[in-house]
Amino acid sequence: MADNIVFCKGGGCTAKLGAGVLSRILSRLPKGPEDPHLLVGYDSRDDAAVYQISDDTAIVQTLDFFPPMVDDPYTFGQIAAANALSDIYAMGGQVKTALNIVCFPEKWDLNLLGEILKGGSEKVIEAGGVLVGGHSIADDSVKYGLSVMGVVHPDRILTNNHGRPGDLLILTKKLGVGILCTANRVGEASAEAMAEAVASMTTLNKYAAGIAADYEIHACTDVTGFGLLGHLREMLDGKLSARISWKQVPVIREAFRHADEFLLTAAGQRNRNFAGDSVLFREVPFSMEEILFDPQTSGGLLLAVRPDQGPALEAALRSSGLPAAIIGCLLEREAAEITVEP
Amino acid sequence: MKKTVNAMGDSCPIPVVKTKEAIRELSGQAGTVETLVDNEIAVQNLTKMAVQKGYGVTSEKLGENQFRVTMTIAGSETGSGDTQKPEGAGAETLPEEPACIPDARRKHTVVAISSSAMGSGSDELGTALMKAFLYALAQQDTLPSTILFYNGGARLTCEGASTLEDLKALEAQGVEIMTCGTCLNFYGLTEKLQVGTVTNMYAIAEKLTQADLVIRP
Repeated sequence: MADNIVFCKGGGCTAKLGAGVLSRILSRLPKGPEDPHLLVGYDSRDDAAVYQISDDTAIVQTLDFFPPMVDDPYTFGQIAAANALSDIYAMGGQVKTALNIVCFPEKWDLNLLGEILKGGSEKVIEAGGVLVGGHSIADDSVKYGLSVMGVVHPDRILTNNHGRPGDLLILTKKLGVGILCTANRVGEASAEAMAEAVASMTTLNKYAAGIAADYEIHACTDVTGFGLLGHLREMLDGKLSARISWKQVPVIREAFRHADEFLLTAAGQRNRNFAGDSVLFREVPFSMEEILFDPQTSGGLLLAVRPDQGPALEAALRSSGLPAAIIGCLLEREAAEITVEP
Repeated sequence: MKKTVNAMGDSCPIPVVKTKEAIRELSGQAGTVETLVDNEIAVQNLTKMAVQKGYGVTSEKLGENQFRVTMTIAGSETGSGDTQKPEGAGAETLPEEPACIPDARRKHTVVAISSSAMGSGSDELGTALMKAFLYALAQQDTLPSTILFYNGGARLTCEGASTLEDLKALEAQGVEIMTCGTCLNFYGLTEKLQVGTVTNMYAIAEKLTQADLVIRP
């Protein structure tokens, strides 16, 4: 583009503020009187808030937006929407309504904005939801996302911190999309690997959640800005430990090469600073450590499933075409909060 | 040869990309590459790369939002074979990269420093002794592979410590300088670390149990 539009400056979930900084601020906010209808609030650092409105219905609310991580506006719209919708699925909910959130430079070609919104609205429709409005701001860089409302039966909420010792951990998408987008920014990523990353990021977690609904899931979260280890640590909630077998973790292969070339994000390093102290790496190559800390945009679900049902759930997810894998298990609290081993 | 890379205002991974380019331009000769960056995370990502590649690395804060990371790259034609490359380093190595730092490190000797003072008695004397010890350590023919800093020892690797210069000299010779993260946090020094890397208790326990010799000054 001759007119110097830099659409992608390194966005997606890599643009998130660090978890360390955030928890300091959030812990100091004044708290109003407790509302018994609030089933999941930000105290639990879960994926979305859940508020019960009747005996059999709770609403799930979430909001997610970020700067572009790919050059194509339509693709960006799809990814941003898939990422925002994912939080509803991570809570076990169904998508009902969505509102657009847009920041866009006034002087830019409005067709770009049209492409972003088209990508986003297609994903809302695929999710079975309705786009009901939005809000836009003139800003000096592009940002897009959705505020989404869904519903869930109060007995069917999937929180991120009710895993039990022995549960098997299943990840439903490959890791490495943050590193690949970063490599792509400096012209190092191959077209094939980028296509694989984009296909992964535009895939709704609706399908994985739909399959998982038939199994006994004790905890669920989606893997986004804090990387696999950061989100896993939230799942452990200071009460459990986990062991991860890194050779079982699904990864977009090319990410290993880029990690070894140090095409790393600031957010990945922030994730390492935040969660690194609680992780024991045993015979894990440097590149894999980086991939485990890599911020994921529109990443997969991380499920803690009843142990005897793990293999069947893995098989069902795989037969639907998802690159899901059992990557480890939850344990009673041991010395290392998270152990990563071969 | 010395090269300077200005990566002020660049976000990750651009500082790393520019620094790698400058290292490539050394064409296998020994040299130093100084990279200027405007944030701490970029310093950490550059340090991570240097450690993986086996380069000497130091960093300093020049001012508000201004940092300098200096990497020392050993030339590929400067001789003796003993290359030092940490575990888990990248599979792909460029021809100029094998580092040939004269290896004065004794395998698995760990110095564990748990206080900012050496010995008990007068703290004032103890502080002076510790500074003298680290100075003398840096002058030894045989260096330890790792120096661990924990509890009060954490102060020695942070801004304002009189020991920084000697520790940077040790680090430049390939000695691993590691400070306990919990301790930095406890003393409110997390943002003040000036040399080496932050570590955790697993790594400290591992270093100590795998050491052939532990020195506690």
